[in-house]
Amino acid sequence: MELLLSSLDILARWDVALALLVGSVGGVVIGAIPGVGPAVAIAILLPATFSMDPIVGLTVLLGIYGSSMYGGSIPAVLINTPGTAVNALTTYDGYPMTARGEPRRALSLAYSSSFFGGIFSVICLILFAPVLARVAPMFGSREIFLAALLGIILVVVAHRGQSLIAGALAGFGIWLQSIGMEPVKYTQRYTFDQPFLQGGVNLIVVVLGLFALSQAFVLLTSDDEKIRMTRLRGPLFQGLRELARHPRVATVSASFGVMMGMIPGVGEFTAQFMSYTYAQRTSKRPQDFGNGASEGLIAAETSNNAVPAAAMVPLLALGIPGEALTAMMLSVFYVHNVVPGPQLFQSRMDFVVALYLALLILNVLVMIFLLSATGLLVKVVKIPNRFLGVCVLTLSFVGVYSLRNSVSDCVMAAGFGVLGYILKRLSWPIVPIILGMVLGGIMEVKLRAGMARVKTPWDFIDRPIAFILFFVIIIVLAVHARHVWQDRKALKEAEWKSRHRSTSFGARLLRRRKFLLKERGKVVRGRRKMLSRQSTELY
Amino acid sequence: MATERERRFVGPRRGQLIFAIFFFAVSALLLALIGSETQWVKKTKLVAQPRFWPAVGLGLMTVLSAIHLCRLPWRRITRYDWREARKWLSVLEFAGWFMGYVLLVPVIGYLPVTLVFVPLLSWRMGYRGGRMLGLAALFALAVVVVFKSFLAVKIPGGAAYEYLPDGLRSLFILYF
Repeated sequence: MELLLSSLDILARWDVALALLVGSVGGVVIGAIPGVGPAVAIAILLPATFSMDPIVGLTVLLGIYGSSMYGGSIPAVLINTPGTAVNALTTYDGYPMTARGEPRRALSLAYSSSFFGGIFSVICLILFAPVLARVAPMFGSREIFLAALLGIILVVVAHRGQSLIAGALAGFGIWLQSIGMEPVKYTQRYTFDQPFLQGGVNLIVVVLGLFALSQAFVLLTSDDEKIRMTRLRGPLFQGLRELARHPRVATVSASFGVMMGMIPGVGEFTAQFMSYTYAQRTSKRPQDFGNGASEGLIAAETSNNAVPAAAMVPLLALGIPGEALTAMMLSVFYVHNVVPGPQLFQSRMDFVVALYLALLILNVLVMIFLLSATGLLVKVVKIPNRFLGVCVLTLSFVGVYSLRNSVSDCVMAAGFGVLGYILKRLSWPIVPIILGMVLGGIMEVKLRAGMARVKTPWDFIDRPIAFILFFVIIIVLAVHARHVWQDRKALKEAEWKSRHRSTSFGARLLRRRKFLLKERGKVVRGRRKMLSRQSTELY
Repeated sequence: MATERERRFVGPRRGQLIFAIFFFAVSALLLALIGSETQWVKKTKLVAQPRFWPAVGLGLMTVLSAIHLCRLPWRRITRYDWREARKWLSVLEFAGWFMGYVLLVPVIGYLPVTLVFVPLLSWRMGYRGGRMLGLAALFALAVVVVFKSFLAVKIPGGAAYEYLPDGLRSLFILYF
């Protein structure tokens, strides 16, 4: 109780209240605009939050992160275009509902499910915080190294069908973070004798280039789409009632969201996939999924909104971000000398709980805002793509230039923007680069510290948590190897089935010989012989 | 007709081979430079060597991109690949706009450059009506007011502000 009061005391400030309001409303608006998304917004706002208090800056960013998915469901339901990438599954059942004349029902159900997911995850984590506080100190350098390694491996294997290139891009991130002056032996690494590279490559410059500038380029080179909007009439409260009729699907989906959110590198997509599959398998009408099933919409929206709060667990408890957005937030902690990790849970538990309470309040604020302002919000979906590109390019300047007022930072960001644009055109993943940069830095420091007392390789995993993490890494790699082998086998089988009869010359001659020796062949030969005789007689 | 391998490939075909070759070549080149760009320190463990983590990163890049290149279902660069490469180069125009904006702000000042830049780029993108250009100018003003005047982000005042009268000069340097 004392902890809760001291956490509330941290939040009871006008600037935190304003940050909550701006974060929640801003997040919903950004989420509702297809083509922007929370990553772009957070990347742009990041340097602006450096001058704020840690709790204020983090509340704004958390607000955008937590509420963008609410807003993202609006275009997903109304125009079949997800506002943020994680709302893609919402279109499966949300848009068919709109198509059959029930947009209000679909939106209210999406809001209610998101609200339930958000609240469920925050309550779970507040209850779970004391356990985390007890477990977190058991993580030493070796355990954090292994957890970061597990995070990178999970990010790579999560890109099924692209794991090779995801691994190569994670390697690119690891190499990028190593550029500059090495902090222990004070030697230069890949600076090419250029003074601007001695300080290393700034994470925020890379993030702004790969997310914000590349998205501006994508929008500027795309065409404007004509959007036909469905009109919304009446209140949006009915979704809560409908949600109450499916408590099992909602609770299981939210639990999947919490569990997947806590594992670094997994995130919303896996949670959604698992929840949707579960809802479909246990439904009495599985054939309705993809055609406007309310359970499908509940599964998709509940699970994705349960992730943001849970994703803060590895970040706060171990200092390991599980995805690009939490990686960006890590830099806010570092700027304010608040080092996330086991010590944070021991020394500043009130700060951690205050962040969770902020998320709780945020969900309530977003719900109130959406129930009252959806009619107005629908209009932002209509902003033309290329004009949006102009806006994102202008805002990206604020993010990059205000960091250090450095032109070389801007050149680098523009370079990474072009790279990000190419990667997006090729459908190559961008997140492994960011996680490679962040987790590569953590792994370098922790491995060096962890190896100080290690004499034999076995010593590295002689502690229980280190051994569990090592065991999990082996299992993940084994499962991935099995998947790769199965995919390869399936490909071979498919290739074998679709292969035509051999057209090699020898086989063709054999078939011809067989044909000619058969009775039917003899008849055909005789007829042709007769025909040719007749034709020669003509001349 | 597309083969089974092509059908199962994640992502579009255009440009894949060119970029995979480029990525592998750059990775291999950087790995070849590891001897001159990093150092090996004597009496230091392998994992504490300054060369260790660049080697890990570049090793991953080179080996995995080589395997990716070998497993690509295409062996020839077609005209669609070159057309895609030209599309990549076309964004250099917007990178140029961005850099022009970056270089002009410290000289002319954040507010005047933004007020010209946003409507000009909107005009370039085909929004030539008065309503859209007005909206662009309004957006430009809002960005400067929110970020420079309200949030006080670190963007220096333009050199041209020095020519303003005394009262306005400090106001413009601080807020616009």
